[in-house]
Amino acid sequence: MSNETDKIEYESFFDHKGKYKGILSWIMATDHKRIGLLYMYSIVTFFFVGAILGLLMRMELIAPGQTVMNAQTYNGIFTVHGIIMIFMVVIPGLSAIFGNFFLPIMIGAKDVAFPKLNRFSWWIFITGSIMAVASQFLKDGPPDTGWTFYAPYSTTTATNVIMATSAAFVLGFSSILTGLNFIVTIHQMRAPGMKFFNMPLFPWSLYATAWIQLLATPIIGITLMMLIAERLFGIGFFDPALGGDPLLYQHLFWIYSHPAVYVMVLPAMGAITEIIPTFCQRQIYGYKAIAISSLAIALVGFLVWGHHMYTSGMSEQARWFFSLLTFIVAVPSAIKVFNWISTMYKGSIDVKPPFLYALSFIFLFIIGGTTGLLLGSVATNVQVHDTSFVVAHFHYIIFGGMGFAFFAAIHYWLPKMYGRMYNLKRAYIAWGIVFVGFNLLYFPQFIIGIQGMPRRYFDYLPQFHVGQVFSTVGGFILFVGLVLMVYNLVMGVRKGEKAPANPWHGTTLEWTIPSPPPVENFDEAPEIMKNPYDYK
Amino acid sequence: MSEKIAHIEEHRDDEASKFGMWLFIFTELLLFGGLFLVYSIFRAQYPVSFHEGSLELSVTIGAINTVVLLFSSMTVAMALTAMQKNNQKLAMILIGITLFCAAVFMFNKYIEWGAKFHHGLYPGSELMHLLDRGHHLYFSLYFFMTGLHALHIIIGMTLLFVCLFKVKNASINNKDYVLLENGALYWHLVDLIWIFLFPLMYLIT
Repeated sequence: MSNETDKIEYESFFDHKGKYKGILSWIMATDHKRIGLLYMYSIVTFFFVGAILGLLMRMELIAPGQTVMNAQTYNGIFTVHGIIMIFMVVIPGLSAIFGNFFLPIMIGAKDVAFPKLNRFSWWIFITGSIMAVASQFLKDGPPDTGWTFYAPYSTTTATNVIMATSAAFVLGFSSILTGLNFIVTIHQMRAPGMKFFNMPLFPWSLYATAWIQLLATPIIGITLMMLIAERLFGIGFFDPALGGDPLLYQHLFWIYSHPAVYVMVLPAMGAITEIIPTFCQRQIYGYKAIAISSLAIALVGFLVWGHHMYTSGMSEQARWFFSLLTFIVAVPSAIKVFNWISTMYKGSIDVKPPFLYALSFIFLFIIGGTTGLLLGSVATNVQVHDTSFVVAHFHYIIFGGMGFAFFAAIHYWLPKMYGRMYNLKRAYIAWGIVFVGFNLLYFPQFIIGIQGMPRRYFDYLPQFHVGQVFSTVGGFILFVGLVLMVYNLVMGVRKGEKAPANPWHGTTLEWTIPSPPPVENFDEAPEIMKNPYDYK
Repeated sequence: MSEKIAHIEEHRDDEASKFGMWLFIFTELLLFGGLFLVYSIFRAQYPVSFHEGSLELSVTIGAINTVVLLFSSMTVAMALTAMQKNNQKLAMILIGITLFCAAVFMFNKYIEWGAKFHHGLYPGSELMHLLDRGHHLYFSLYFFMTGLHALHIIIGMTLLFVCLFKVKNASINNKDYVLLENGALYWHLVDLIWIFLFPLMYLIT
């Protein structure tokens, strides 16, 4: 079927002439596919800004004592690295890019429910992003609080905290509106015949994510507003001298920011769930279990925020309880991992670049996840809290998890988005460099973390030197790999050979339409399969 | 192709719009929810100060404002019904009354806040810093919560103004009134939040 549609002339969303021309045809676009690409170009740009800040930190840490920057600059850089990477890269990441591009197609819709709101979300996203980057350069100096903006320091430091928190507030707005749009889209726009349990699992994961975005983000919004009012008027909510409580800030902050971790990783899991059955040519194992486990993660994820605060001063009962809940939230994540691996059993596995990235996702996610259990249990947490062990765990989950899933997804869907194929051989090489660089960068952090290397420190004892050197070397290798990967993808888009409509023999709806997709996705109502993963 | 594009632009799904509005209302409730959480924590910590603080507020003005907002919620609902029955003129009058009530509410708020400012009681003032901790937190919360609520009144008013003009030029009509419906929903939300703020701030003992 796909081969027939290839031959028929059609107007792709790239060729479509709308009301506007040139760059305006992008900025003013309401087409979900164009908005998805807008997100992609901006997020990839911010990712490289954040990555360069990260490399600067690694350069500073190559030897004990001051090497390339002073301590205050270092504080500013790790803060802005965090703000950019969290609020501008990984939170929107997969859901805003691939969610926008593929959610409507995968459920057989022509667009999202509110296309203009969608465009507006991107505008706010860019506004917030400019504010966040500006906080690095304005005259009072970059914020030096860490991306968490912990009170009371954030209420007293003279740096651009207000600018940075306002940026996070604005970015949160964009996140809420995207979530809202997706929930309504999934409820209202599914093609006739597509029930919730006929949907592919990527939309399912977006659905769970959207609810978290919608329900958790307002809390960070109001918290940041309180923080700003605290700085401007001294309202005293977080200031013990005025009767307030800095711990209250931490609670409010993590009530959002823990669920936000699932905003980052759920769509990543969703993308992996699409890729694995395609490259095994095998029905996904435990469809319903995966679908429900996304919702379970979203739900339980709201109840575990206290595990960031074991050492901040909470009652023994609260710590015990948060620890228990943290172990419970690991269960649905583990269900997914078991299901992915079971899907491969007796499959005809074809190790193409997307699948290779998906496999490394599972590998790195297991390391990140199990070290998370170490952090989730109170006794061991007290030992490694605020050490580079936490940094390593976090990056294994977010970069090794969400990041690698992003790479998997871009290699998987790029031929569909642009209708062109990248160079496979170069993609394998880039994967190898990225994978080696990544592990070399973050694995030593586990070891020196257990030995006592604190996080966010500009200087360290000589005993951590070897680990830090390994890390820095790994950082540079990783960066080279990333540059090669992006080069390969860009060259693929520009000069790659034409990709067929269904290069990987996928079964979900996006593979039934030509590449790149037509303006309105489907020329005629798509045929909905009862089972989205029916490989014959 | 152009036919199809026109079709997209005409595409309308009122149910989706209302659904979206409800979701947005959830987020607003959670935004205030964060403040109610902070309120409950500090009130549990300083019950006496919170009681004494509430005695400083005028229950009369608060009660008048409550009645005004409840009344305006009714008129906006009536405006919607009028629109559904295709009575354009009545709908405009009723939206006008709603906006007038909103203005009355804001005027009362101005009187209330103005008196406090006049006595030197406002966020960041010297007097505020001389208060003991419980009172300080009470008044900080008072200004923060009623201020944020007043901001929502202004947003709601803007939305209703837009509705008023759209009713006038008939782009809201008895076939297509979802914008007015959403405006009314938002206005009910603003009312609802006040229904919680009023007892928590003015009536606590």
